[in-house]
Amino acid sequence: MMPAGYATSEGGALLVIAVMLPIVGMIAIFALGLRRAERIAFIILPGGLFIALAIAAEVARTGAAVTYVLGGWQPPLGIALQADGLSATLMVLTALILCAVGLFARGTFSTPPDMSEARRPMVFWTLMLGLWSALNTVFLGQDLFNLFVALELLTFSAVPLVCLDGRRETVQAALRYLLFALIGSVFYLLGAALLYGAYGTLDMAGLRLQAHYNPATSVALGLMIVGLMAKAALFPLHLWLPPAHAGAPAAASAVLSALVVKAPFFLILRLWFDVAPQPGNQLAAQMLAWLGIFSIVFCSIIALRQVRLKLMIAYSTVAQIGYLFLVFPLVMASDAPSAWQSIGWTGGVLQLVSHALAKASMFLAAGLIAEALGHDRIDNLNGAVTAVPISVAAFGLAGLSLMGLPPSGGFVAKLMLLTAATETANWWIVAAILVGGILAASYVFRVLGRAMAAPKIGFKTLAHIPLYRELVVLGLAISAVVLGFVPLQPFAFLGIGRVGLP
Amino acid sequence: MTLLPDLALVLLILTAAVWTVAVRDRRDAVIGFIVVGLLLSLAWVRLNAVDVALTEAAIGGGATGLLLLRACARLVPRPAESVLPHPAMWILTGLLCSVIAAGLAAIVVMPVEPPATLAPEAAANMGELGLGNPVTVVLLAYRALDTLLEKVVLVLALIGVWTLTPEQFWGGAPASLRAQQSSGALRLLAQVLPPVGVVIGVYLVWNGADHPGGTFQGGTVLAAMWLLVMMADLREPPEIRLHTLRLLVILGPVVFLVAGFAGFWIANGFLSYPPAFAKPIIVIVEAALALSIAVILGMLVAGPAARAPR
Repeated sequence: MMPAGYATSEGGALLVIAVMLPIVGMIAIFALGLRRAERIAFIILPGGLFIALAIAAEVARTGAAVTYVLGGWQPPLGIALQADGLSATLMVLTALILCAVGLFARGTFSTPPDMSEARRPMVFWTLMLGLWSALNTVFLGQDLFNLFVALELLTFSAVPLVCLDGRRETVQAALRYLLFALIGSVFYLLGAALLYGAYGTLDMAGLRLQAHYNPATSVALGLMIVGLMAKAALFPLHLWLPPAHAGAPAAASAVLSALVVKAPFFLILRLWFDVAPQPGNQLAAQMLAWLGIFSIVFCSIIALRQVRLKLMIAYSTVAQIGYLFLVFPLVMASDAPSAWQSIGWTGGVLQLVSHALAKASMFLAAGLIAEALGHDRIDNLNGAVTAVPISVAAFGLAGLSLMGLPPSGGFVAKLMLLTAATETANWWIVAAILVGGILAASYVFRVLGRAMAAPKIGFKTLAHIPLYRELVVLGLAISAVVLGFVPLQPFAFLGIGRVGLP
Repeated sequence: MTLLPDLALVLLILTAAVWTVAVRDRRDAVIGFIVVGLLLSLAWVRLNAVDVALTEAAIGGGATGLLLLRACARLVPRPAESVLPHPAMWILTGLLCSVIAAGLAAIVVMPVEPPATLAPEAAANMGELGLGNPVTVVLLAYRALDTLLEKVVLVLALIGVWTLTPEQFWGGAPASLRAQQSSGALRLLAQVLPPVGVVIGVYLVWNGADHPGGTFQGGTVLAAMWLLVMMADLREPPEIRLHTLRLLVILGPVVFLVAGFAGFWIANGFLSYPPAFAKPIIVIVEAALALSIAVILGMLVAGPAARAPR
């Protein structure tokens, strides 16, 4: 009954700090708030980045997962936190993007000098920090109920960010997002309760040892995955995403698109490979991949028809999420000795990371373009290149990743997925990746073509954009490009601490 | 012989649930929802889950019901000929819900051999911590992290509600909770009931360590008393910029965090308690949490600020 126990490893306390540090910052802003919101955030941001790097270094040094058992209570009674190669990678990614977005937002979410506290800065910085803690908990949690709490934390931090502007349509978008997210939570919780009823544990490692195919397990996992799909905005449950991500302020959109929708996907990945009875269900894997294919093709076409830049980028997010769901059949059909050593696994994770960097950069670039021009209608972007040249360049570089053109992380990721699909003879997936690339190229070049065009007569920029904000955006885009120079083979780091590896 | 009352209860729950869904008027539906909540809490009592019953009555019946009633009062009345979803949509939704409900019922009814539960193990360590209520042991020891994070979720929910404040009102007070016609009976109730209610709330928290009850139930009763006072117009909701209010909201999470981090020095790490002091620490944490829950629930019902700060 009892699985092999968890033991707190050296450096395990770092995991606790990774979850708690942002909460401490959030509480401090809430209590002291006032004029210090930003200053407190700028203490927490580098601190959190340092902790994430330290955890990744510890995982690399020991070649094993870093673990912390809370309160000394062994799971399944108690709760353990654990960072393996994959979660350490995602934590560093999260910290990097949040720091970049924090720098970017300094200009837009400062407390005005004549006010003791203003709504937007206070809400923005507290929710950002809440979000960070939620994401770290999702990446570290090993217990299905603990992960449910993490998802709630994520929902309640993310939803209000959508209506930060207070406009009527953003409040509507936020409400719709809330409904989808909560229905997803209910499905997830139902599934978790069923699993507890069947196996008497919520601990993932314990479930993996016991899980076998029976109606309760299938229904439970099905409910949980469908609930998480709604949160990850996989077609056809994506309807809430475009208005929500397009309506939020640029800094919030960047975080929502780059990180928040990845958390439920990460949990689906864990349920599939770490909890479900192995080998996984072929039919379910094919279904997930088909929904991914529909996401890619359908939402890319809708992106192409958008009038507003931010809505286009939001639809592109749904399309790029679709690629992630291709990994299930690819990894299962691979003949690598374990799932984590297959090219599909590395390709999927790389797609996640490079999309996060590229999409954060793209939303921030769109934000600066809108600030400079006063609007974000694609047909009217003429002259953007003279107003915010660095941002337009960043938009183009980030676009490489979405299209899958070299050199970019997106290129390597899509090439790996393509290789895996060819090896396993999943021809529909091959076709979807190719078509998706062409469609992405069309919508990215449509924007670039407009932005590079000569300004119309009487063109003037509305606002001067400080150089550092443009450089942050460029930095994110360049990181996405640099990922294109990683070797084309499975990374050992992503397999550290995973089950079934020596 | 005991089957009969249970069957009657099940029938009542089903009737109330169907009525809640079928009734046309919004207000009636909310009242139906409250009734279902209270009946469900009776069902939990029958299942010997008194802690769940108390929570269901307080949150499902009380706090959520009040929130929904307030929402009803603020919504414009629905025109008689309002757009209803297409009948096909109705049937599809109903069908989908029935399939899910039937599937779940089938799985729950299927026997699991041997019954899988952690309850005996959960009860085994109670003595070590000096606590008598296994639910409290789960919430504040084994799963203290979940409880801590849930309280952070409550703070975030409050921030979420405050986000809806119009810019110029930030820092001000929420709209008055006064009932439309001020009634003498409500005023009298609000003067007589709170002393008793506060004692019950405190008792539930204090007693939660060893008997059913605890922070959430106690905190909700405290919140209800505060709301009653506000609704009878004896007190206005406080301004959201108030320092004391902010400190009360975070008191629970802060005390919990301090106790958690103190574990690094006085026990075996984060959120672990030294056996000799486990009970006093847990009771202090629970008291602080109950106070914060009461304030947060009260402010959640009061809603976003609707007046400029004075």
